[in-house]
Amino acid sequence: MAILDKTELVTNAAGRMVPETVNHRGQSPYMGVGKCQPHGRKASPPIRTAADYPANGDKRVADLETAFRKCGLRDGMVISSHHHLRDGDRVALMALEAAARIGVKDLMWFPSASFPSQEGAIKLMESGVIDHIEGSMNGPLGDYCTQGKMRGMGVLRSHGGRWQAIQDGEVHIDIAVIAAPTADPFGNCDGSHGKSACGSLGFALADSTYADYVIAVTDNLVPFPCIPWQIQGNNVDYVVEVDSIGDPAKIVSGTTQITRSPDRLRIAEFVARFLRDAGIMRNGFSFQAGAGGIALAFVSYLKQMMKQAGVKARFVRGGSTKYLVELLEEGLTDYILDGQTFDLDGVRSMANNPRHVATSPFTSYNYHGKGNFASLVDAVVLGATEVDTNFNANVVTHSDGRLLHGIGGWQNCLAAGCTILAVPSFRDRIPVIVDEVTTLCGPGELIDVVVTERGIAINPQRQDLLDAVKGSKLPIRPLQDIKKEVERICGGRPQRPKRSERPVAVVKWVDGTLLDTVWQIP
Amino acid sequence: MTVAMETRTGEAGHWGADIRSDLHVRIEPRSRGGIEIELESRVKPYYGDAIRRQAEEVLEALGVRHAQVQIHDEGALPFVIAARVEAAVRRAGLGEGTRVLPDRIALPEPSARDRMRRSRLYVPGSEPKYFINAALHGADAIILDLEDSVHTSEKDTARLLVRNALRAVDFLQCERMVRINQLPLGLEDLDEIVPESPDLILIPKVENAGQVLEASQRIAAIKGDYGITRPIWLMPILESALGIENAFAIATASEKIVALTIGLEDYTADLGVVKTSTGAESLFARQRVVNAAHAAGVQAIDSVFGDVADMDGLRAWGLNSRAIGFEGMGCLHPLQIAVIHEAFAPTSAEIERATKIVAAYNEAQEKGLGVVSLGSKMIDPPVVQRALKLMARAKAMGIVD
Repeated sequence: MAILDKTELVTNAAGRMVPETVNHRGQSPYMGVGKCQPHGRKASPPIRTAADYPANGDKRVADLETAFRKCGLRDGMVISSHHHLRDGDRVALMALEAAARIGVKDLMWFPSASFPSQEGAIKLMESGVIDHIEGSMNGPLGDYCTQGKMRGMGVLRSHGGRWQAIQDGEVHIDIAVIAAPTADPFGNCDGSHGKSACGSLGFALADSTYADYVIAVTDNLVPFPCIPWQIQGNNVDYVVEVDSIGDPAKIVSGTTQITRSPDRLRIAEFVARFLRDAGIMRNGFSFQAGAGGIALAFVSYLKQMMKQAGVKARFVRGGSTKYLVELLEEGLTDYILDGQTFDLDGVRSMANNPRHVATSPFTSYNYHGKGNFASLVDAVVLGATEVDTNFNANVVTHSDGRLLHGIGGWQNCLAAGCTILAVPSFRDRIPVIVDEVTTLCGPGELIDVVVTERGIAINPQRQDLLDAVKGSKLPIRPLQDIKKEVERICGGRPQRPKRSERPVAVVKWVDGTLLDTVWQIP
Repeated sequence: MTVAMETRTGEAGHWGADIRSDLHVRIEPRSRGGIEIELESRVKPYYGDAIRRQAEEVLEALGVRHAQVQIHDEGALPFVIAARVEAAVRRAGLGEGTRVLPDRIALPEPSARDRMRRSRLYVPGSEPKYFINAALHGADAIILDLEDSVHTSEKDTARLLVRNALRAVDFLQCERMVRINQLPLGLEDLDEIVPESPDLILIPKVENAGQVLEASQRIAAIKGDYGITRPIWLMPILESALGIENAFAIATASEKIVALTIGLEDYTADLGVVKTSTGAESLFARQRVVNAAHAAGVQAIDSVFGDVADMDGLRAWGLNSRAIGFEGMGCLHPLQIAVIHEAFAPTSAEIERATKIVAAYNEAQEKGLGVVSLGSKMIDPPVVQRALKLMARAKAMGIVD
């Protein structure tokens, strides 16, 4: 049984204290952007033979327990799951509970992200079935980890970092469990059809390629062939049919709604005007924006400006929503390259429109590859919980150190030509621009612009952007200036919240090195 | 002082999961034991000490020595905390006659009589969460409202919030307006508000010139007490059939009046007609206001457009409003501001024509000609004046250089 490592701390290149070992594995501290040179060869799954699989292609077994027994599930193994069904997912907990019934202990759960509806994992950690989680944690699971109750240490990775960790052999997946909105008995899986359709299955692709065993779980079994096969049945060992893999209402929202908050709309409009005034919005450009309120509003402002200027994008990157789909259908972009599908319009579009393409963390984000799409994007709009005056930013913890969000694709997106953080200048009374971020997730040298309702700050390292918006009517101000104004409004700088000296989780950089530590809080 | 005052539990403010930027304060005075503060706050790790310190300072300034104090804070800013603690103390029957004022930021330039008043954004005086960013959205004016958007039970506390906001919040380019309550309650509002130099007071439900005089005399008296010399302008709101009939007398009741406006919700209720989105039922009243205002040499300002989701309706209303002679209107949501500014802006055809007339006028001036002509047409002097005025307005709106 793993007990939280007694480990020495070292200072990394960003000046943050990080543990030397995590969950008994030696770690490299962060060395700087682009400084860590990997070596060796990629991990590989064992060789199999078709002789061991049914010649008629029927890999169905009765249930998850049977599948696990056939995979040789033992104490201490790594079980992975994926979050394309988001808060509606039922498969991950179903799998972990099946493992509990078999009686195994000390599993490592390796989700691509966890959600509040998976709170049941706490009981499994308390009973010893799960030792620890490596993957994003928020809500009740985040609190459980930050309060130091998890036995092992949490490891937070970006979507690209998760691919990198699997590919580099840093995490070896024993059994991958893939929730499939549609599958055939051979194991081909598709996300864009079926009652639990969710769009892309990209998050499960690495697991299907590198895991020792792969189980597909579906509530919409179709006869071979399942078209399209986002996951190839040639990588799948067993297929399990269940009544329901998830709650459709929580998998995708009916329609994603644009915020009506005037402050957030103002931020969104500033972002769109910045892209226009800086000349980034031009024929053939590309951008990425998520499904948050500000991001959606940004897309709708940008769309008006693109129409006015007669400008068309070559591609946009999702999380796709109705608003990106409209761009595609109105001919304002040639393609949507979609990593995650957020609403019904997105799902419908991916199923029907060949220009709405499912991508994976490999194509989009993996830093240990021969390039990735993220760095080809002209501009990306991201959120953050805090940003310091050197543009370093935090996205995983609240200012008091509690785990709040996963990293998602956030770190990977920092590779874009122009990285924009769209944030309110304070939340409640808490300033967002601070002297030092609670948890470092993104190095300031990769963050170019901070857009708040009180003005826009451009990283002084980006003289080209500063020059590009000269003459613009936008309120361009030094970040320090906005910070000072907000501190006056809030009645001075906030106190530093208390934390312990005990690490409970680590934040990985895209190259697998340790960027920062999350500490236990009382 | 050892005179026993009658004391009771005093409470003010709001808290709960849906409340933002506010707090609830409960004060139980006692005869001994000093001040004991119990604090819950969503920002406790960052501002817990500051909130405690501020509460103690306000209590001390109000002469409260012994009390049990419960604070539930939802991320309120300091000027709100001060107002809520003061309100709770007063409701507990203590602290009479003392005003605890937050630090004052620099006062903006005094407001000009004829400044542009296209849009004025209403902010409910009892909702501090809307105060701080209200000015960011580009309105010409902010109205901190003490009247219809504030529940009867919150009149006393809203007054303190608005007073503190006038001292502590930077309203940027906005003219700082306050709508007081209908007299006589409105006079009590003035006592608290006028010392903080608002730029303009809206007097609601005015029906005769005497009401304006009463308010303006009270304002003059308070200004005298506090040595305030900068102007505090007046904008009467006509909201009844009688008010409309007396429009000119009201518009000329005080030299501090800079604009006349109309409240259609009450006016249509007075008439017993349905308020429509085209406003046919109030056309006479609105034109009467326009005419009276122009006769009195003040601005005519329209009512609000109530459906904040209907931007097309708002645009149509604004265009019509400008066409019949209004210079601006009220806003209930920041998203209405841009639409209103667009509606009240001169059209490009108007600007084009005015540019030509002004050029012809300048040419005639240079040549020493008494008659201005454009092509084969002679231009009358009032047309020239109107073109000059339109160009000046377009310039003020940033439409022409």
